[in-house]
Amino acid sequence: MNLKTFKRGGVHPPENKFSAGVPIQPLGIPERANIILLQNLGAPSVPVVKKGDKVKVGTLIGKAEAFISSNLHSSVSGTVEKIDDVVGFSGYKTPAVIIKVEGDEWEESIDRSPDLVTDIELEPEAIVEKIKEMGIVGLGGATFPAHVKYLGSPDRKADTLVVNGVECEPYLTSDHRLMLEKADEIMVGIRVMMKAGRVDRALVGIEANKPDAVENMRNKAENYPGIEIVPLKVMYPQGAEKQLVKALLNREIPSGKLPLDVGCIVNNVGTAFAVYEAVQKNKPLIERVVTITGKKLKKTGNFLARVGSPSSMLLEAVGETMPEGTRKIIGGGPMMGKALNSIDIPIYKGTSGLVLVDEAETWRREPLNCIRCAKCVGVCPMGLEPYLLEKLAKKERFDACEAESIVDCIECGSCSYTCPSALPLLDYIRYGKTNVMRIMRERRQK
Amino acid sequence: MSNRIVVSLSPHEKDDLNIEKIMWGVVIALAPAFLASVYFYGLHAVRVVALSLIFCVGIEYVIQKFVTKEKITAFDGSAAITGLLLAFNVPSSIPWWQLLVGSVAAIGVAKMAFGGLGKNPFNPALVGRAFMLASFPVHMTTWPVPLKNLWTLGADAVTGATPLGVLAEHGPANLPGYMDLFIGKIGGCIGEVSAAAILIGGIYMLYKKIITWHIPVFYLLSLAGFSGILWMVDSSKYADPLFHMLAGGAMLGAWFMATDMVTSPMSVKGQIVFAVGGGILCGAIRIFGSYPEGCSYSILIMNAFVPLIDKYTKPRRFGTEVNYEFPG
Amino acid sequence: MNPVILYSLATLGVLAAGAAMILFFVARKFRVDEDPRIDEVADLLPGANCGGCGYPGCRGFAEALVKAADAGDMSGLNCPPGGGDTMAAVGAFLGAEVGEATPMVAVVRCGGTCEKAPPKLEYNGPAKCDIAHKLFSGTNGCPYGCLGLGDCVAVCDYDAIHMDKETGLPVVDDEKCVACGLCVTACPRRIIELRPKGKKNRRVWVNCINKEKGAVARKNCQAACIACQICVKTCPEKIQAFIFKDNLAYIDTDKCIACGLCVPVCPTGAILATFTPPKPKPKTKPEAKPEPKPASEEATS
Repeated sequence: MNLKTFKRGGVHPPENKFSAGVPIQPLGIPERANIILLQNLGAPSVPVVKKGDKVKVGTLIGKAEAFISSNLHSSVSGTVEKIDDVVGFSGYKTPAVIIKVEGDEWEESIDRSPDLVTDIELEPEAIVEKIKEMGIVGLGGATFPAHVKYLGSPDRKADTLVVNGVECEPYLTSDHRLMLEKADEIMVGIRVMMKAGRVDRALVGIEANKPDAVENMRNKAENYPGIEIVPLKVMYPQGAEKQLVKALLNREIPSGKLPLDVGCIVNNVGTAFAVYEAVQKNKPLIERVVTITGKKLKKTGNFLARVGSPSSMLLEAVGETMPEGTRKIIGGGPMMGKALNSIDIPIYKGTSGLVLVDEAETWRREPLNCIRCAKCVGVCPMGLEPYLLEKLAKKERFDACEAESIVDCIECGSCSYTCPSALPLLDYIRYGKTNVMRIMRERRQK
Repeated sequence: MSNRIVVSLSPHEKDDLNIEKIMWGVVIALAPAFLASVYFYGLHAVRVVALSLIFCVGIEYVIQKFVTKEKITAFDGSAAITGLLLAFNVPSSIPWWQLLVGSVAAIGVAKMAFGGLGKNPFNPALVGRAFMLASFPVHMTTWPVPLKNLWTLGADAVTGATPLGVLAEHGPANLPGYMDLFIGKIGGCIGEVSAAAILIGGIYMLYKKIITWHIPVFYLLSLAGFSGILWMVDSSKYADPLFHMLAGGAMLGAWFMATDMVTSPMSVKGQIVFAVGGGILCGAIRIFGSYPEGCSYSILIMNAFVPLIDKYTKPRRFGTEVNYEFPG
Repeated sequence: MNPVILYSLATLGVLAAGAAMILFFVARKFRVDEDPRIDEVADLLPGANCGGCGYPGCRGFAEALVKAADAGDMSGLNCPPGGGDTMAAVGAFLGAEVGEATPMVAVVRCGGTCEKAPPKLEYNGPAKCDIAHKLFSGTNGCPYGCLGLGDCVAVCDYDAIHMDKETGLPVVDDEKCVACGLCVTACPRRIIELRPKGKKNRRVWVNCINKEKGAVARKNCQAACIACQICVKTCPEKIQAFIFKDNLAYIDTDKCIACGLCVPVCPTGAILATFTPPKPKPKTKPEAKPEPKPASEEATS
């Protein structure tokens, strides 16, 4: 059977989905929650609490004051200790609300019952407002404020909702487990998003290496009109937004444009689940499923973690200490994730997993000369020429970089992954990209 | 050793592809051609191949160690490939010192002087061969006949003409049969004679994804097409396209020389342009030029065009195929 | 004469004459009229095209100089590598007054050596400060500190800045430095600053740009400015050369007289001078004088 795919480029790193069979467990309550104020793309939330305030689970602690920003809610109950800088995912210190945890009291408005609420009572505008109020951001990793995608636009109308259940990164299994254990809730969440976006059709893309998830979702989808489950070829980066839309709908999003420009809205299955909880259960985004995994861990796991918990709690939860010889801690997946400074970095809305890397796999190979093998050109899903972009960026020829469409790069890492000379292609492409975007910004401001 | 956490940029994984795997893959693909050369030319072929390998790898090692004083990569397989291909491009009776001169031209001038692996614009083995042909025309065009005096080094060789030589002198009558051409029971440079052995190697490289099919197929097809048109016009003067594909260095050139990744274009479109240009030039030099064989020059000339080809044949950028219109 | 030679000479002669005629007319037709003074001024300039003047290359600067001389206002124009001699020659040629320019030098403002700011992480990536800066705050944790990968060294055309392997910090050779400013923009953290060389090469500066609270900064680096403000209080009333903002002390070069009194009083040794500062006056209170070693490790090579 020929599975749909994005046709050009891509690589197939070893899947290493060790934790695919481990059910989701609650992580537990931390002693202290460091809730970072910038947990979304765009502007950070502005704190609305101060030192000494008492908060419950679900209390609003940060407000979205810019167009592209999101609300922030407390994930624990206790007292606000201070608003101070902590080291975050970026490798730099960033402002956070630090809460000393006392008990586990939730806001009364949150429906904590396990019943499935299928009736969607709110109108589309109200749904969008609710998504904004509950601080929902894209849980695929980009943390884009979800409500902005549904605000709509007079000249562009969507006809399809694309749901990303691909999880193409190696090691990560949080979306997989969600689709196995919470498929009904995800389906209702998708119906909610369809109503908000005023579309009649939803396509859920799932990579074919999760046949149990495909089957489970297919069974559940029969009860919900308009939702189609589409298994996709196992190829990285199948889950990248542009590639997913190409695979499912055969529409190419032009450079610099959004999915709405080709008539669709894209969201992750985790976001669908969060939307269900927000709209149907009145629960803000305060926890999410995080995978803890690594080749040297005897046990791996998927945990429902409260935002602000230290990542070290994940390791304790699988009953382990840091394995001997661990030299790298990756937040996210190994292809696009960020190497963290330590295991104590607090979990935030965008944390999909934690991968512990052993000494043997930590170090990069020594780069050699480019042998012009064109493998990087062959694997680039965006049709770029990484060898050329790297050369131009190294020489700081940013005008030439711009002419070669360097801003189209989605930073998937396929080129660096495959280069036989182990050249740091993506490092220099990113360097060139940030400089070109700075030049473009300066040009617009003139 | 410290135990500090390491911070680096994504991606944090690397597949196990490296330069050695690619290079030694090509060397293995050249093994059938080597075995064929030993079958037809015996110890002489062994001598030529061994000398060429020692010279090429040795010269690269010496230059890297004493002249440029940089990291020694002489044993990564690329110099070995040049050594093998250079050996395959010369007759089996070539004197050792001429081979040394050719190796210096191939590795020293065509490769190291430009900056080493990946920086040379011209195929080093072909530069070496072209240099030898210009400097030692007599020895480079004296071909011992196959299957004679295989195991006696030093005895006077019985020489004969290559099929292309016969074509150039006497026209398309009395050419060797297709079977001889395919197996390799003909005069010629030791590696180019057996089309069968080269084809086996080529298929191995396709299987291992070291090369793609576009360059060899388009090179041979355009050579066949060009010579075929002329053959259809006047078959008493021109040889048929199948002969042209199997004779001379066309097979070796199409499968191993034109596909050299350093000197060929970076996109599929570009590779097709490169191969078609090379095939037509090869036919043109053979038929209208004063040399009986034009394969090496056709590839060298197309190597010169590669930067231009790269500039104008870029892959299609994602998002340029705009195929969505909002309804209504 | 042999007719072949005759014909050859005649043909070549005609060809040469023809080419000369074409060149003559083309040169005349496509000539760009330009002020001849620009070329002369450009000849007086060093010709390094470093951009330190703020103009695109020496030719661009020459155009600006001629324009400024005609306008009657040469202020603000200075060639750092050429210095006073070059500017004086240009002024003499153009017949205009050139302002006195203070000789400047690049100053590295970070004391985070491997010893004072021990590394807590390791970096595995390209040796480019700009790339490492976007990845994380640095191996020692200070988000303002030197990353030690040498972007400043790579960009210098005058061989005036080198990385010290032991300390991991760049060192400026103030004889060779022409204050062109390339290292200032190359550093992603703006650690290097152009400061006046000072009378008799005496200058004092705060060797830290960390804006975090003192205790936080000190956790990462023992040589950080901890915002204690002792230096501000030590600076004589009449001078008050310190600007204290965002938990960081800064010496204003317009006011500083390079007396060096502030150097020994800094508890972390974050203030450096190019000369040996005077010993601090003995305090009247019977407290133990904290006499940190005056930070005169800065080489005045």
